[in-house]
Amino acid sequence: MANIDVGGKNYETDEEGYLVNLTDWNADIANYIAKTESIEMSDQHWEVINFLREYFEEYQIAPAVRVLTKAIGKKLGAEKGNSEYLYGLFPYGPGKQACKIAGLPKPTGCV
Amino acid sequence: MSESVVKKFMFVNRKAPYGTIYALESLEVVLITAAFDQDVSLVFLDDGVFQLKKSQQTKAIEIKNFSPTYRALDGYDVEKLYVEKESMDARGLTEDDLLVDVTVLSSAEIGALMNEQDVVLSF
Amino acid sequence: MLHIINKSPLENGSLDNCLRVANGGEILLIEDAVYAATKGNAFESKLGEAATRFKIYVLQPDLDARGMSDRIIAGVTAVDYGGFVDLTVNNKNCQSWL
Repeated sequence: MANIDVGGKNYETDEEGYLVNLTDWNADIANYIAKTESIEMSDQHWEVINFLREYFEEYQIAPAVRVLTKAIGKKLGAEKGNSEYLYGLFPYGPGKQACKIAGLPKPTGCV
Repeated sequence: MSESVVKKFMFVNRKAPYGTIYALESLEVVLITAAFDQDVSLVFLDDGVFQLKKSQQTKAIEIKNFSPTYRALDGYDVEKLYVEKESMDARGLTEDDLLVDVTVLSSAEIGALMNEQDVVLSF
Repeated sequence: MLHIINKSPLENGSLDNCLRVANGGEILLIEDAVYAATKGNAFESKLGEAATRFKIYVLQPDLDARGMSDRIIAGVTAVDYGGFVDLTVNNKNCQSWL
């Protein structure tokens, strides 16, 4: 177990930096985690993060990268539903990095 | 992936959702298997049909409600969901009670499908 | 196809459920399921009927352990651990009815 301090409050994370309590999440925490991942959050980043949050709300899992890519393509258009675009935003993987910023658990099957 | 062999995997789900961990474990293995582009089918038999019951509310028992995840299977290209009619009948359930689209088959049809599989995983 | 059962049919529905769904093939009774293959058991007539549709095996070490090897039902074949392995190898696939 580890902790992060955001806005004077302390939040629990696991060893890899994923939030332990999903309900803790807010935009400040997302920005904080993004910074630790060397990511400057843009509207494009937020679009993916919000998509992930909605996906989790509906299905109770973080999607596998392949599934996320397809679902984003369906909702936001083919120019965004591809690996180049998503890895451009999240170089260490949209599943791993974006889920962490979105305050979700690691995707099932993601090592 | 063009050279890889596609095998027929069947997951046989026969336990009710929250009394034991089988249902959740099966679902997790299914999601992982879906990444390998295999021919995956899910069968719900006996108390396993209760896994697909609509309107599960688990807040008060403090166990995660994983039933919404069955609706994500389509996005994982897991489209073959079979439910045995005799099991549903014996539990007072109909197709309308289920939270995903399924194919309802008789015992004999499920048995025949099972014989065709390369791998059968039991939960 | 091989079907494996490990619970007594008098306390658990797995054998009944297997007999309802499975479409021929072989059944191996192990652990507490071996009671299903013994004379005088309430399941005897059902097992006799099943023997017309399936080839039925019972694991000898489990029968021995329970002191039941002298009352195995006619038509059921006892196998040792080597026989168990042969059954799993010789069938295309296998389902354990948990």
